[in-house]
Amino acid sequence: MTMVGQEDYQPDSFEFAPATMEMAQSEIAKYPDVRKASAVMPLLDLAQRQNDGWLPRAAMDYVARLLEMPPIKVYEVATFYTMYNLKPVGRHHVQVCTNLPCWLRGSDHIVNACKKKLGIGFGETTTNGDFTLTEVECLGACVNAPMFQINDDYYEDLDATSAISILTQLELGETPKPGSQIDRKSCEPIGGLTALFENNVKKTNA
Amino acid sequence: MLKDSDRIFTNLYGYHDPYLAGAKSRGDWDGTKKLIEMGRDAIIEDVKDSGLRGRGGAGFSTGLKWSFMPKESDGRPHYLVVNADEGEPGTCKDREIMRHDPHKLIEGCLVASFAMGAHVAYIYVRGEFYREIEALQRAVDEAYDAGLIGKNACGSGYDFSLHIHRGSGAYICGEETALIESLEGKKGQPRLKPPFPANSGLYGCPTTVNNVESIAVVPTILRRGKDWFANLGRANNTGTKLFNISGHVEQPCTIEEEMSIPLKDLIEKHAGGVRGGWDNLLAIIPGGASVPCLPKGICDTVLMDFDSLREQQSGLGTAAIMVMDKSTDIVAAIARLSSFYKHESCGQCTPCREGTGWMSRMMSRMVTGNATVEEIDLLEQVTRQVEGHTICALGDAAAWPIQGLIRHFRPEMEARIDRAKKHAVAA
Amino acid sequence: MPTLTIDGEEIEVEAGLTVLQACELAGKEIPRFCYHERLSVAGNCRMCLVEMERAPKPIASCAMPVGEGMVIKTDSELVKRAREGVMEFLLINHPLDCPICDQGGECDLQDQAMGYGMDKSRFVENKRAVKDKYLGPLVSTIMTRCIHCTRCIRFAQEVAGVPELGATGRGEHMEVGTYVEKALSSEMSGNIVDLCPVGALTSKPYAFTARSWELKKTESIDVLDAVGCNIRIDTRGSEVMRILPRNNDDVNEEWISDKTRHACDGLKRQRLDQPYLRKNGKLVAADWPEVLTAVAGRMNAADGKIGAIAGDLADCEAMTAMMDLMAATGSSNIDCRQDGGAFGDTRASYIFNSTIAGIEDADAVLLIGTNPRWEAPVLNARIRKRYLRGGVAAGLIGPELDLTYDLAHLGDGPSALDDLLASKGDFANVLKQASKPMIIIGSGALARDDGAGLLAKARQLAEKIGAVSDDWNGFNVLQRAASRVGGLDLGFVPKNKSSLDTAGIIAAAGRGKLDVVYLLGADEIDTRAMGDAFVIYQGHHGDVGAHRADAILPGAAYTEKNATYVNTEGRVQRAALAAFPVGEAREDWAIIRALSDTMGKKLPYDSLLDVRRRMADINPLFASPDETSIAPWGNVGDAGTTNDTAFEYPIHNFYMTDVISRASEIMAECTAVALGDNYSATGTNG
Repeated sequence: MTMVGQEDYQPDSFEFAPATMEMAQSEIAKYPDVRKASAVMPLLDLAQRQNDGWLPRAAMDYVARLLEMPPIKVYEVATFYTMYNLKPVGRHHVQVCTNLPCWLRGSDHIVNACKKKLGIGFGETTTNGDFTLTEVECLGACVNAPMFQINDDYYEDLDATSAISILTQLELGETPKPGSQIDRKSCEPIGGLTALFENNVKKTNA
Repeated sequence: MLKDSDRIFTNLYGYHDPYLAGAKSRGDWDGTKKLIEMGRDAIIEDVKDSGLRGRGGAGFSTGLKWSFMPKESDGRPHYLVVNADEGEPGTCKDREIMRHDPHKLIEGCLVASFAMGAHVAYIYVRGEFYREIEALQRAVDEAYDAGLIGKNACGSGYDFSLHIHRGSGAYICGEETALIESLEGKKGQPRLKPPFPANSGLYGCPTTVNNVESIAVVPTILRRGKDWFANLGRANNTGTKLFNISGHVEQPCTIEEEMSIPLKDLIEKHAGGVRGGWDNLLAIIPGGASVPCLPKGICDTVLMDFDSLREQQSGLGTAAIMVMDKSTDIVAAIARLSSFYKHESCGQCTPCREGTGWMSRMMSRMVTGNATVEEIDLLEQVTRQVEGHTICALGDAAAWPIQGLIRHFRPEMEARIDRAKKHAVAA
Repeated sequence: MPTLTIDGEEIEVEAGLTVLQACELAGKEIPRFCYHERLSVAGNCRMCLVEMERAPKPIASCAMPVGEGMVIKTDSELVKRAREGVMEFLLINHPLDCPICDQGGECDLQDQAMGYGMDKSRFVENKRAVKDKYLGPLVSTIMTRCIHCTRCIRFAQEVAGVPELGATGRGEHMEVGTYVEKALSSEMSGNIVDLCPVGALTSKPYAFTARSWELKKTESIDVLDAVGCNIRIDTRGSEVMRILPRNNDDVNEEWISDKTRHACDGLKRQRLDQPYLRKNGKLVAADWPEVLTAVAGRMNAADGKIGAIAGDLADCEAMTAMMDLMAATGSSNIDCRQDGGAFGDTRASYIFNSTIAGIEDADAVLLIGTNPRWEAPVLNARIRKRYLRGGVAAGLIGPELDLTYDLAHLGDGPSALDDLLASKGDFANVLKQASKPMIIIGSGALARDDGAGLLAKARQLAEKIGAVSDDWNGFNVLQRAASRVGGLDLGFVPKNKSSLDTAGIIAAAGRGKLDVVYLLGADEIDTRAMGDAFVIYQGHHGDVGAHRADAILPGAAYTEKNATYVNTEGRVQRAALAAFPVGEAREDWAIIRALSDTMGKKLPYDSLLDVRRRMADINPLFASPDETSIAPWGNVGDAGTTNDTAFEYPIHNFYMTDVISRASEIMAECTAVALGDNYSATGTNG
């Protein structure tokens, strides 16, 4: 029997590949010896990355053993944080922010564009396994709203056209340019600088 | 307007090299050893005297907070934990520090840790900031390689290690004790206070949790002098501040400005003004999702600092300004925030776990007017039942935006209910 | 000692208390759900909010330590509103199914809603529904009722030492459970039902069988191990509906094991409800006069060639009568030790001298050949409680075990004890350094062939490490038979060198040297080895003893008699009659008294009080129930030799150790879940 939100298909076993194990060990090394449990979040993330973006229970149990934690403590963590996917996700996990700053700047259009382009709704995965669409809370790029995150990258200052273009590029196996999708470096005023004009600001703090 | 020469985050937009060479050219790591040689007490006094108030939202004096740490270790290690779990809707300032000026943060960590007798610091970064963590990690590695941190940091004789901890998606971890719990490998559920982290924080050891911006400005304050910082802004609201201006403005942006700048000036000078002109303004949320919104009338004159926004029953919070013009469905806007708090409630304590859901559901009905006018009072009462009764401030944060809405936009809510009723009768 | 002002009255309280505790001392009622005095403070329900002067918000009184000069209000408008608000939140998603809820009538939420709630609901949204969880055969879950107080989670982690419960998910989707849908691997899981302040966790075996107000409540004690847990027996008519713990800080605090709680359905099965006589090889129902006459005849004819063995559930009154009757027949072949466990000349050699509560003072614990988790789960929880406080080291001699606390494994057999005696190894040093060390030797160890030698060595070690002083006796025997200490206190053992003990009685019967063997509830013996002896079985269950018997005298189970038991720490306690014995069955001492009459050897007592007076004559300890007394230190056994066979723990299946639990379907289910379906339930090998 499984709980709501759990994947029915659960692999029997899981273990870190040698390269992942090396990364795991360097995470564990960040914390005092008797506080290994501190590494549970990074290790679950490593497990998820190794397992095509989702976290089976065998991986949670594996991490629990590795960190000498009661498994329930790992289940609690894995179900508490939104970045752990307890069900399989597509190769491209499209996470659209719909929180207030994005909503004010048209995230509804982005959502609709994504749904239409991918033919799926929130919480669904395309049949070819390429895309999963998820609605997320504020991702902290509010002056570059609206935006979405796909896997590890942010795509900002979107409109429906640029959003579709990004998805199309991914579909074609191309690598879209992350960050602002308009003529903008980062979070400076869209129309141009209002401060920090000097091209070489030197030692102003000294 | 703040002079560029008074700006701390001179690579805010990433036009320059964020890493060590670039950072040094902007004055970072310049005489850090001398800062440490000031001694613990002097550093804390200077930070106190500079008037720096925590940049994470609560606005507590940073120097005073540091002074709560035990002067001598009782055998337990001390920890500095930097809160980079930036997740308050509207807020995206720490992100820029981490990816464009990471060395300010790292140097700040060293100095602050030294001042509190901490030999280890953790920077807890929200997990979604994957690229920001890459940048920050690269800068940390550089700092280790250059001997700026690690054993005998900056040649000061002080050993200092700094680690980055990635979060995994939980707004509540921005609450300092939830963050500590999370760092210990648990669910991010806030702890009961007392004990306070300065007595018993990370691993039961004395711990101070500070916001990224609070820590990153410290080296500059020490170098340029507490008076320089204290003379910016108004008394009790000193220094410079990173403002995020989002929503219905012509040019959304992040900008470092002087504290206490009039809200209208800030928007007009840096964000290109409200879309359709100032008169098209409906309301502004001036400090992140947790603070009540202000109608235009107040926005005309209010100053962007802790005290003046509190006088208006709102708050500076994280200084994340969300601008809403007259096209905004203000009820839907606040309902969106209610749904956010319902999603982010950790579930630990009763009023928040149950109240956020109730409030959010009532707000959804308010959006369509599927409610009674009496239910506006009920909604208001429920916010009062949540407020002040929870373990942490998330309950308050969920209650305040709704209180602000009812305070300033009750007629709109009532009109909507009336319209829905008429519509229902007609149909 | 800080002084507080609570609702205008000054009160001085101990430092370290919480505001909630101070308010209680001041006689103020503070409502609460998550707070429980035996669990860590969670502070999550927010029901205990009170007003504190100078605090901007009401404070959770359960979590706030008292401070000098605090001014607390528990009766202000602010507090009233806070409580009403929290109560409303607790109720909005709580189903209104009290009429079909087993918690109804004894529900904290129901009670406190009466006191602090509003008269109507203002919540018009849909209520939350939560999927039920599987927690094993004992605990039923209706998780929609859960108010997330986390008491069960904290109990499992802290008291039971099995961190298997948790709250997964977050916000309003937070759910309490194991996540993997498995039974708790604890022998104390039933306590979470008592702890649950609502009807989310209820007793599965008791489900929908009775309402609490219909039940007659009888305060009694448990006999399924030697801890003597204080219990309440709830009956309806003659039926025991459920067994609950009673608080006794000195014994079981407020916990009982799952066997204590849930073996009671065994009281309804395989009962001996009338006398039987074996005729032509078959047991045939008989009436009392017939069977008493037959038995009396046999016993009188035996001319002293009789032996009597008292089983693990025998009460002191019955043993007293049995002992006196045996003396009247001229036999001294009596033994209350089915397993033949060794004991010394002094009471200190067979009791748990440190006392159970004394465990909390110990700073080192050595376990020899005992698995306290199965032999005395509640006592084991006390060791864990001590362990959680820190500053205690525990070591084990015997095969490795998970006792829910860290344990240094010192070896499987007695040679590890020799090492300690020779001051070899780190743990020898730990014991020597300890100011209040405890040695706990198990009944299973003492039942070995070299039991006497082990007892002597344990005593030597106790003296060597300074475990015995004027104010501390760290030498402990952990008994597991409820009858044992009482039987030894009464002297229900072979009187002299020529008297036969349990093994001797059985062997002599097998060789035809004894004509009659009287089994007073003795089932954990080799009943097939008694040859052609006439076997009388007096007891309440048709277990192996009754199967071998030639005459059956139906006795009363512990819930059906007013009876005395002495627990492992030497505490005299009284079980009380909660339901009358079934059918023709009678209280046990009365059966023996009636038999004595028939035999023409009438025992000189006509009432329970008379028997108890006789008990006190034999041993004055019986005159002071509910107390423990310091047993003088003395010779606990002669120095002997030991062999190095590894210890074997006496209980192989915790859930089935006696005639009652072996008859219990619930215990059979627990056995299947804990040990696998194919486990053959052999119970003890004692």
